[in-house]
Amino acid sequence: MQKVPQKIVHNHYLRHRKKFPHVWCPGCSNGIVLGNIIRAVNQLGWKRSNTAMVSGIGCSSRMPVYVDFNTLHTLHGRAIAFATGIKMQNPKMDVMVVTGDGDATAIGGNHFIHAARRNINLSVILINNHIYGMTGGQYSPTTPTGDKATTTPYGNIDPVFDICELALGAGATFVARSTAFHSVEAQNFIRKALSHKGFSIVEIISACPVIYGRLNKKGTAPDMMREMKDNVIPIKAFDKLTEEQKKGKVQRGIFREIEKPEYTDEYEKLIQSIAKEQKK
Amino acid sequence: MAKYSKKNPVVLMQGNEAIAKGALAAGLDFFAGYPITPSTEIAEILSEELPKKGNRFIQMEDEIASIAAIIGASLAGAKAMTATSGPGFSLMQEGIGFAKMTETPCVVVNVMRGGPSTGLPTKPSQGDIMQTRWGSHGDSPAIVLYPESVLESYQLTIRAFNLAEKYRTCVVLLTDEVLAHMRESVMLPDLKNVKLIHRIHPTIPPEWYKHYEENPKYISPMASYGEGYRFHVTGLAHDAYGFPTNRSDEAAVMMDRLKKKITHHLRELIQFETFMMEDARSAIFAAGITARAAKSAVVKARKSGKKVGLIRPLTIWPFPDDALRKYFHNVRTVFVPELNQGQLLNEVKRAMGSVWNYESRKTRNIVPIQKNNGELITPQEIISTMKEVK
Repeated sequence: MQKVPQKIVHNHYLRHRKKFPHVWCPGCSNGIVLGNIIRAVNQLGWKRSNTAMVSGIGCSSRMPVYVDFNTLHTLHGRAIAFATGIKMQNPKMDVMVVTGDGDATAIGGNHFIHAARRNINLSVILINNHIYGMTGGQYSPTTPTGDKATTTPYGNIDPVFDICELALGAGATFVARSTAFHSVEAQNFIRKALSHKGFSIVEIISACPVIYGRLNKKGTAPDMMREMKDNVIPIKAFDKLTEEQKKGKVQRGIFREIEKPEYTDEYEKLIQSIAKEQKK
Repeated sequence: MAKYSKKNPVVLMQGNEAIAKGALAAGLDFFAGYPITPSTEIAEILSEELPKKGNRFIQMEDEIASIAAIIGASLAGAKAMTATSGPGFSLMQEGIGFAKMTETPCVVVNVMRGGPSTGLPTKPSQGDIMQTRWGSHGDSPAIVLYPESVLESYQLTIRAFNLAEKYRTCVVLLTDEVLAHMRESVMLPDLKNVKLIHRIHPTIPPEWYKHYEENPKYISPMASYGEGYRFHVTGLAHDAYGFPTNRSDEAAVMMDRLKKKITHHLRELIQFETFMMEDARSAIFAAGITARAAKSAVVKARKSGKKVGLIRPLTIWPFPDDALRKYFHNVRTVFVPELNQGQLLNEVKRAMGSVWNYESRKTRNIVPIQKNNGELITPQEIISTMKEVK
């Protein structure tokens, strides 16, 4: 792989002159993930004009405005449905969705599982910060039980969604999890997800020190990064642990990478077979 | 009018079928939908016909996803449509607002059924007239068409696509359960004579491209994704390039544009039919399926010597204020039959309010004829109301 200086990558893929500085708080992991995405796209050699980035509403969903692709910032939770329309109409286009935990698994949960079921060729990059940051810190489906948010002043009693399990159950053909701390690994997973044919999802656990961290006394951004380093461990290492040790630990790695018929391909085949029938 | 021939025969056709055929004639590329009575036939027909032409159909997981998918497809260059009914239309409101805000062309068919809530799924109503105008949050001017026959369903579907593409907005085609399921013999117009409008694509270099270019006609070219023009689309208030903005001056320009692209083209947008209005002393204002009963009532009343006429809007929104003021100026009584609790009635009152002065209002009358139990208004009911008033 050819090494390209980071500055060139940034100048090429970001809307530098137009849209920076960004809206994210100091210590937020979204910038790390943005860097990962554009470097992964650069490694794959994707053309900017043939790439679309779609997002919903939330902190992570503000990302499309900064990248120089075909970008679409849609309604809360509906990013995947919009992306489905783009991909169906123009299957040659590379379409990725950037979304957050609340956007994809609460309000947009239905679209998420059905896109996974169809196995349509979309790459979903889900940044999981365990909270609704944009609206000021309400609890999301991934806020750990017992943690505090502005709408759980006495601690959260909701059980937590395991996003990767959800995607596996819904039939996604590429499922992986990494963290903002394990940035190189995250970038590799994103690259694999983008080049995967079928529905792919990469969950990236991120730090929200300003809201989630402050409410739960997690310390500074580096402290939260350190926590990710300690608690998010490779799948193999996790399997070796005893039940007692597994508490509070999260796996990272690729959970599934398989080939299955892709939706737009299948539709194309359908069109071809109907055309053949008509010729007869 | 098309001529009868072997190639162009008279066929028995359902309203929903006519909408599907009209959409195909208009060059529909993409349909996304979700099953709902009484609009389902449109999706069924298109699921069969679209792949035959190499175009795409998808049944989404709900109506919200359907409207989202057609907006996505439209941004990728498609002429896109969805079809639904009452509850589904309510779910789509946010998406319709997004399409209007981002000026993305698309067509939404709403086959009105009895409401509110699940209501009367297999019975007609005209209860969504105000929802098509004010359903989405915020000010979002609307273009809404409403046919009265199977043939007109076909024609107005094509017109809906033309207007959507030309004005870069979401156009709603209203019909109702009876119109959708009714079969009539129709002779479809020769497509050679039907004008089809496609959105204008930009020809300037990509770095000059503005997704929302300001111009005096408020009609600007639109690029598609993948065409080389990389642009940003957002539901946030945006500047001419499409990037989000918080500046009140830029937001004002944007909101102004959304409004004026409708109000500057009222002459083209508004269509209405006048029926026996020349010497009318009283008049009926009715749309869609109710207008058919009204027409029949007018003919019957004329036979018994009453000077009655009818105004029927084909464009519900923007509302034909000027037409009403012109034709109802000298009319003593206006009857407004409709299948709801007065949605058109109040609009007629609003439109006439500034014309009929205080003195004449005592001698002039706007009479409601309303029904929302799932039954149609019959010509006889209109006639008997006329007798009661005089």
